[in-house]
Amino acid sequence: MAEVRLPKRIMNSGGWCQGCGHGVVVRLIAEVLDELGVADKAIAVEDVACGSMSMSGVLKCDAIMAAHGRPIPVANGAKGARPDSIVYAHLGDGSAYSIGCAELVHTALRGDNMTVIVVNNTVYGMTGGQMAPTTLPGEKTASSPKGKDADRYGVLNVVDLISDLNCTYLARGEIYDVASTAKTKAMIKKAFQNQIDNKGFSLVEVLAPCPTNLHMTPVQCKEFVHTEATKYFTLGEFVDK
Amino acid sequence: MIEIRFAGFGGQGILTTGMICATAGMDLGKNVTWYPSYGSQMRGGTANCSVKFDDKAIASPFLKNVDILCAMNTPSLDMFQAELKPGAVVFVDSGVVPEDHPIREDVKVVRVPVNEIAHKAGNPRGANLVMLGAMAAHTDIFTVEEITKAVEKFFKKKGIDNPKNLDCLKLGSEC
Amino acid sequence: MAEKVLMKGNEALAEAALRAGSRFYSGYPITPQTEILEYLSTRMAEVGGFFVQAESELCGINMVFGAAAAGARAFTTSSGPGYSLKQEGISYLAANDLPAVIIDVMRIGSGLGDIFMGQGDYWQLTRGGGHGDYRTIVLAPNSVQENVEMVQKAFDLAEQYLHPVIIASDAGIGQMMEPVELPDFKEHDVNKFDWAVRGCKENENPRYCQNIYYNMWDEEYPLVKEYGDYPTYLTKKYATIEENEQRWESYQVEDAEVVLVAYGSSSRVAKDTVDTARAQGFKLGLIRPITLWPFPKKAFAEAKAAKAFCTVEVNILGQMGDDVRLATEGKFPVGFAGNFFAVPDPDDIIATAKALLK
Repeated sequence: MAEVRLPKRIMNSGGWCQGCGHGVVVRLIAEVLDELGVADKAIAVEDVACGSMSMSGVLKCDAIMAAHGRPIPVANGAKGARPDSIVYAHLGDGSAYSIGCAELVHTALRGDNMTVIVVNNTVYGMTGGQMAPTTLPGEKTASSPKGKDADRYGVLNVVDLISDLNCTYLARGEIYDVASTAKTKAMIKKAFQNQIDNKGFSLVEVLAPCPTNLHMTPVQCKEFVHTEATKYFTLGEFVDK
Repeated sequence: MIEIRFAGFGGQGILTTGMICATAGMDLGKNVTWYPSYGSQMRGGTANCSVKFDDKAIASPFLKNVDILCAMNTPSLDMFQAELKPGAVVFVDSGVVPEDHPIREDVKVVRVPVNEIAHKAGNPRGANLVMLGAMAAHTDIFTVEEITKAVEKFFKKKGIDNPKNLDCLKLGSEC
Repeated sequence: MAEKVLMKGNEALAEAALRAGSRFYSGYPITPQTEILEYLSTRMAEVGGFFVQAESELCGINMVFGAAAAGARAFTTSSGPGYSLKQEGISYLAANDLPAVIIDVMRIGSGLGDIFMGQGDYWQLTRGGGHGDYRTIVLAPNSVQENVEMVQKAFDLAEQYLHPVIIASDAGIGQMMEPVELPDFKEHDVNKFDWAVRGCKENENPRYCQNIYYNMWDEEYPLVKEYGDYPTYLTKKYATIEENEQRWESYQVEDAEVVLVAYGSSSRVAKDTVDTARAQGFKLGLIRPITLWPFPKKAFAEAKAAKAFCTVEVNILGQMGDDVRLATEGKFPVGFAGNFFAVPDPDDIIATAKALLK
């Protein structure tokens, strides 16, 4: 039987729901930081929402919990104070694309040298499954029980939003299976390598399941993300300078 | 305590004039304050600033009994006449304020064609310096030498070296 | 002794912050504080610090939050409407025990109000203002020199108490020029405090900068270990600040029949008013709060002959009156000689004060 080992920078499994994507993403980040040899000077900035559970004894990195929507400016501040550190913001789609949209756009516009990892599960997680800018048309959520009204609420795609700004790297991956997870990890690695090389602003969006709030089994939810969400959120590298 | 008001159109160098005046006061060892009108008023409208000199510590930087008014246009003269002390000195730009324009009886009026002089000196933006020269001649707040030093210091700090500035000052002091 | 230079309050404050060791600023334009942003836009680079014109006040304060967590002496500046937006971040700074300095160069009014000289923010500055159980130390300078001294003091107090400190400047102080003596440069080490995030080694415990409310049930959490629980810690923290940090200036208070209470620009007018009134035979005095929170309650014991108190403020509702009534335990009439769009006139203040004796 193969040996199961925790990555060096993971202390424990977190309190995330079964089938949640956040734990996988935090693990990928932890592996990448270690492989790039920058874990010693890494500062994580977590949104107060689901991502911040990595600060409950999971992630062995110095970390700041930022107000909802503000991890990007908080990370920017930490980087400004310690330019030699490796700083990243880890946040959800509601945080990055709704309440923190202005901060995201302007950080990308300035091309600030930092790494942003957005977990897009098409729904607000921590508050109990409300509609997000990333919720798909017709998708049922706690605040769109009849399905998202596509005439009234659009779907926000980060590629449309910031790819023409001053991004160095902009990519979207999924964590559906081993192959796609490995691809996503490579994207995350590139996003950190860019920061090490002082190349500017890198953002990786990871499509992830939220079975609890979408009222599905983990497997159903995983399939939903893989087959439905990817129709609106295509995978790939959109900016790679 | 000396209270001085500089007033005119935005862009006439009103705030700068007040700053140079305050610099002169500071270098004379006096306590000084300078307080501007600011914000939207700066966009081409009226501008004014208040300068106070005192040997004692200055409590309020705001003016109440003004000793000297330097009015670079007619609206400024109208706006700030009321706060003048009896016996105050009013400097007006005689090029824009008509000779028969009503001015309080109990104040001394010094009429200076500041723009005309500045143009003659080849320094059309130096009208305010002409006025400072006239102030040195007609009041005892500073001498021509003292205000000259302040002007030199002020522009040196800004990296500006224009000998015509001092010409304007000198011509003003001869008014 | 350094040579005095003639400087605008806003610019002197910006320079003093650099001299206090601050190398981090993120701001946003709003009148009448914009000169601070403009000054630092070039000056910060000269001293090797970080400057950014943020996209909003929200971004500005949240960048300060990140920089403070990383150990920097960080500050941001704004005025009334923009300060309201910063309240989110200030509440987070307080809830994380982080030191930072926030400057409010006040103007008048609620909503947009107007850009004119004013003291419209007393309530939002002294009551916490953002969400939750917190207050901040609030220093109120009344001259360009004090602007310089207080920004240094503010950083020191912020680090002493691990707490955000506010400077309540106003357009009068910010826009005014006065001769000022600038202090020497001090160095700040971002590694001064071990709690500051910087990256942890594999064999170290990670530093988590987070909402203390999440840790209040953890018996191993240092604050909880020391104080038993978070509520006890927090109550003691505020009681200590309230006991130790009340600052004020008294002027002719002991025999005054009516004591004016004024801070910032209006305290300077009030001081002139005291002199004018005394020359007329009317015994006025002045208590000038230098800390708006903690409010200098102790100062009121000096007012032994007082029959009434009167605040002098540049706003409409007399915001500081509440604190004067509390400090005097409701035993005296508390008047308000206020004005807006202009500082109150000494003659009007005297008339208001006299009317309180009838």
